[in-house]
Amino acid sequence: MTTEPNTLETPSPSGLRQVWQRFRRDRLGFAGLLVVLAMFAVAVLAPMLANEQPIACKYDGALYFPALIETIDQIPLVTLVVHKPVPFRLATFVYKEEFDASRGDWAIWTPVPFGPREIISPPLEGPSGLHWLGTDQSGRDVLARLIHGTKISMKVGFLSMGIAALIGLILGCAAGYAGGWVDMVISRVIEVVTCFPPFFLILAVLAWFPPRIEYVMIVIGLTRWVGIARFARGELLRIRESDYALAARALGVRPLRLVFRHLLPNAMAPVLISITFGIAASILIEAGLSWLGFGVQAPEASWGSILRAGYENLFTAPHLIPPACIAIFVAVLAFNLVGDTLRDVIDPRLQTGPRA
Amino acid sequence: MARYVFGRFLSGLVTLFGITVVSFFIIQLVPGDPAELQTATIADAQVSEAVYERLRELYGLDQPVVVQYVRWVGKLAQGDLGSSFHDGRRVSAKIGDALWPTLSVALLSFLLTLIISVPIGIYSSVKQGGRFDRIMSTLLYMLYSVPSYVMGMLLILFVGVKLDLLPFRGMRGDDYADLTLVGQMWDLAKHYVLITFCFTFGNLAYYSRFVRSNLLEVVRQDYIRTARAKGLSERRVVLKHAFVNSLIPLISLIGLTFPFVLSGSVILEYMFSWPGLGRLYFEGVLQRDYPTIMALNLITALLVLGSTFLADLSYGLVDPRVRYDD
Repeated sequence: MTTEPNTLETPSPSGLRQVWQRFRRDRLGFAGLLVVLAMFAVAVLAPMLANEQPIACKYDGALYFPALIETIDQIPLVTLVVHKPVPFRLATFVYKEEFDASRGDWAIWTPVPFGPREIISPPLEGPSGLHWLGTDQSGRDVLARLIHGTKISMKVGFLSMGIAALIGLILGCAAGYAGGWVDMVISRVIEVVTCFPPFFLILAVLAWFPPRIEYVMIVIGLTRWVGIARFARGELLRIRESDYALAARALGVRPLRLVFRHLLPNAMAPVLISITFGIAASILIEAGLSWLGFGVQAPEASWGSILRAGYENLFTAPHLIPPACIAIFVAVLAFNLVGDTLRDVIDPRLQTGPRA
Repeated sequence: MARYVFGRFLSGLVTLFGITVVSFFIIQLVPGDPAELQTATIADAQVSEAVYERLRELYGLDQPVVVQYVRWVGKLAQGDLGSSFHDGRRVSAKIGDALWPTLSVALLSFLLTLIISVPIGIYSSVKQGGRFDRIMSTLLYMLYSVPSYVMGMLLILFVGVKLDLLPFRGMRGDDYADLTLVGQMWDLAKHYVLITFCFTFGNLAYYSRFVRSNLLEVVRQDYIRTARAKGLSERRVVLKHAFVNSLIPLISLIGLTFPFVLSGSVILEYMFSWPGLGRLYFEGVLQRDYPTIMALNLITALLVLGSTFLADLSYGLVDPRVRYDD
């Protein structure tokens, strides 16, 4: 083996940078990424986009920021330190009713001045100036529910794939690196899980748990790890015999460190692609489960539950269906575009999908 | 080759064992049992207790889990899937009833997929990079990205409700019994249209891409050059020499995807009130009907295992390198 001395004046860009540069040039993929980022922003900022309480307001002489605080409170544990001041925190307090301009009250409302659970208008009304996408079966604003549904979708997509990635990487790395009987056992487990239609497994497990979104996430994560494990295993099998792995081993690097520091980073490309597609799939599964009544429970909002409301009121309220359909379609398309582009950019060998 | 087949068979047996374990224990892990569910409505605590014990005994739930498992596998080996906890009917009879609605849609959908996507794939590969190729691939990619149940909802709304063109609930109209034979067939056909389309449109992109890329691969081979050198028409070269040789991967792709299609789609079948396997499964889940759930899980998993096995074998037969892979 010959090694050339590095005589280049400017170092070649790092692998990640190269990927990014190529990614940026793919117009569709880049658009997909922008949509993903936009949806993420909508999810995080949902309380500031659609809320029954204002972003900032004056009430009875004092200044309040209820929607703003609600947004910040989404960060875990922050609730312990920052929370809404008393009248706004109470379930019985409806600011819209207490609002009194003669007292000097004013308010900066959110762009959609309704909360996702706020029952405000007659049910199943078509789109109007007040409710841009109409109201649902309980008289809640559909746009507000769609916005807050984004939060559920993103949460399920990312967290369930986080769980799946954790399981898949650990098992895949163990199988690929250790080989032998460990590989045998893990490969059989992967094969067994692959044999079941994923939706069957998810339903079978979910049927026994109280319907909560946390369970949905965990169960999706527990069933969707096989693809990731398989990719991780294959990559590790390939690179564990490479020269740099040998070099690291010769230097006395311990197995765990070898895997996580030297091998795994080089095996991440196909895993990352698999995760991106997995997020699209999880969003789809969650909406499907909520449509079936196994996901999010009323009055919580999910794209699937909005769709279900439309299905149950097909003849009286057709306006409920298209917006939720478009939301699901756009989300799935965006993540698939990002995944496809990532695959093209990182590793053209893996091309199997319908887009060339 | 014998060694390869034997090795594959052995690992298949291990997987088979795993499948029965998962099918069985996924149900057992969970608190609450069907006896509890059925006695929940009885108000009198003492009666409820007595009935509960009797039911547990009837279902064999009073035995240790391992004994239940062994019994279950023993019955399976005799082809006995047990009886439904919900209505007492044989599970095999319930599955038999639901099989045809799902199978017929699956077969129709596959046929349509091939009829549409094979010509598109061939034509795209001939005119690679041309306008047809680009427009088709974009169009089909868009379709591919529409989730099937989203398409289902939109079709129901626009074609079923707004235009009132096609029925979307069940397999038959309410007046089915009063219709003439031709009328009945027409009625049945109309009920199939929407749900079959929902099962089909997403595959089009995948299959036409698959045909296209396989053809592009084959066209580069020497024997295609020979065929051209012989002076055969381009049409004959593509259809006779190239396409036929790209069929094997296509067939194994069909083999691998078919079992999943056979499991039906829970959401689509529920949406269209289609009395197939997916809906049977969903109802089983709602009613906590263990035998039905276990049987359906087991059967679909076995089908997948079987077709993977066959696909592996055919690969090993076609490509000797595979045999020495592991």
